[in-house]
Amino acid sequence: MGAYLKKKGWIIGFILLAVVFPFLSQNDYFLHVLTLAFIWMIAVYGLNLLAGYTGYLSLAHAGFFAIGAYALGLLTVKAGLNYWVALALACVITSAIGFVVGLVALRTREHFFAIYTLCVGYIIYLVIDKWDSLTGGVRGLIGIPAPTAIGPISFETPLSQYYLILFFLLATILVMYRIVHSLTGRTFIAIRNSEDLAQTIGISTMKNKLLVFVLSTFFAGLAGALYASFIRFIGPDIGYITVIFDFLTYLLVGGLGTLAGPIVGTFLIVSVSQSLQFLQDYRMLIFGPLLTLLIIFYPRGIAGAYLDFRMKRQARKKKAVPSKQTSYVQQSQEDEEKRVKEG
Amino acid sequence: MFIETRQLTKKFGGLIAVNEVDFTIEKGKINAIIGPNGAGKSTFFNLVSGSYTPSSGQVFYKGKDITKLPPNKIASLGVARTFQTTNLFEQSTVLDNVIVGHRLRTRSNLLDAVLRTKRYKHEEKKCRDKAMEVLDFVELTHVRDELAVNISQEEKKRVAFALALATDPEVVFLDEPTAGINPGETEGLAALMEKMVKRGITVCLIEHKMKMIMKLADKIMVLNYGEKIAEGTSEEIMNNQAVIEAYLGGDASA
Repeated sequence: MGAYLKKKGWIIGFILLAVVFPFLSQNDYFLHVLTLAFIWMIAVYGLNLLAGYTGYLSLAHAGFFAIGAYALGLLTVKAGLNYWVALALACVITSAIGFVVGLVALRTREHFFAIYTLCVGYIIYLVIDKWDSLTGGVRGLIGIPAPTAIGPISFETPLSQYYLILFFLLATILVMYRIVHSLTGRTFIAIRNSEDLAQTIGISTMKNKLLVFVLSTFFAGLAGALYASFIRFIGPDIGYITVIFDFLTYLLVGGLGTLAGPIVGTFLIVSVSQSLQFLQDYRMLIFGPLLTLLIIFYPRGIAGAYLDFRMKRQARKKKAVPSKQTSYVQQSQEDEEKRVKEG
Repeated sequence: MFIETRQLTKKFGGLIAVNEVDFTIEKGKINAIIGPNGAGKSTFFNLVSGSYTPSSGQVFYKGKDITKLPPNKIASLGVARTFQTTNLFEQSTVLDNVIVGHRLRTRSNLLDAVLRTKRYKHEEKKCRDKAMEVLDFVELTHVRDELAVNISQEEKKRVAFALALATDPEVVFLDEPTAGINPGETEGLAALMEKMVKRGITVCLIEHKMKMIMKLADKIMVLNYGEKIAEGTSEEIMNNQAVIEAYLGGDASA
């Protein structure tokens, strides 16, 4: 049980903190910033599954974020659909476009993939910006409704929106946790590790890569749709190149290919940039060097650095105290118990 | 015929890497392919395992034409392989590295993983048990919880074997399995290959260490400049004039 708590401790700690936060601080502004951060986290989780666990760095995800946002906006404002139907449809539409883009994009690898997706992201931005009759162009889309009430629970107040988005974030984390700690997740990691090797152990790499790509666009779309209904106004800027580099910064600082990374990175950068707001754009003078140093010394980000540190400490402990020889059967029993607990 | 290649040819632009090679791999034996550097041995492997598509010619596995199949399909038919360089995921344990090897024998999908269905739990356990079994087979049970980055070169080779074996293969192609390890360890790996054959798994390997091959292999094919110049048992190869000239540098006393 101790090991179990230790393993999931950070998740439980995060949930408690996030749930209690509104009672600790009555400041609406903080609540607003935090809710936004949760939305970014969902998008960054999507990016993490693709870039961190499968090794494909997509720079189109701001585009997919915008597609999700605009799909929700248009479906509610122009088509007058129920919010929840529109939310589900927005995710489906984003995933469907992700599927088509993935079919082509995943034929490239490494930096070619990054460049290709960068172009796709920019094209999505341009389409949104120029398609005046549909998207409203630079004027944007206004009057997006807040989520409609489910029975007695309404989502008009900032506090209720906070909890709603927290709910989606937690659901995202749960799904991510289960994917990453599963045979499917192992398959993705095998592809990141070596695509040639993955193929020779019988993994259909294209099928799996496409699955990850669609999944990650799904989460980008979900984040976008939640953003639209939270801010209630969207413009083409949300699909611009700078947004994807924000996501990427969050992910890199937090830790590429780690489960805690998206939370740690997003929270850190958002809160630091909030507290440095008096510096305006000169903030970047501080961010730039910090980011560079981080990448040089901790290429796996803060969460990755922590994991490395823990691993080294364990290895040292093992060397200091020669571990008792556990028999094969005994060990597998212990493993079994551990697995049962992990569910 | 177990595995047979007919007139197998691969051209890279103007270079003919493998030229009209006819070869049969015999079931339940240790088959070896030898030849000087650049003779086309690895290319031949890549053609059989599906990593490359041949320019012409065919590959048959148990009477079935597998020439055009992608590598993952060929793997699921029971053909496994290792690479010259061992690509392990260094940040996870040896056991974790091997578990994914049995993935191709499972059917659980994303939904099973997210919902943690019965099928998923069953298959997760199946993969884990398989990984334990093959790690036991390659005698690595004692390091299975070590990180892959911390084990020796020889142990890494064994993990690569284990990963290939976890796919439940009938034949395993080993690309220079003993490159870069010392003579004592080489003998250990040779013994492991014999153990695999005893288990009913056919072995086909590329090797540079002549002494070991001559002792180990039941059947040898010699490639030179992409062409098969000899085929037979180790005695036949050792006494073959063409092999002595091409491979051993024309010195009959070698």
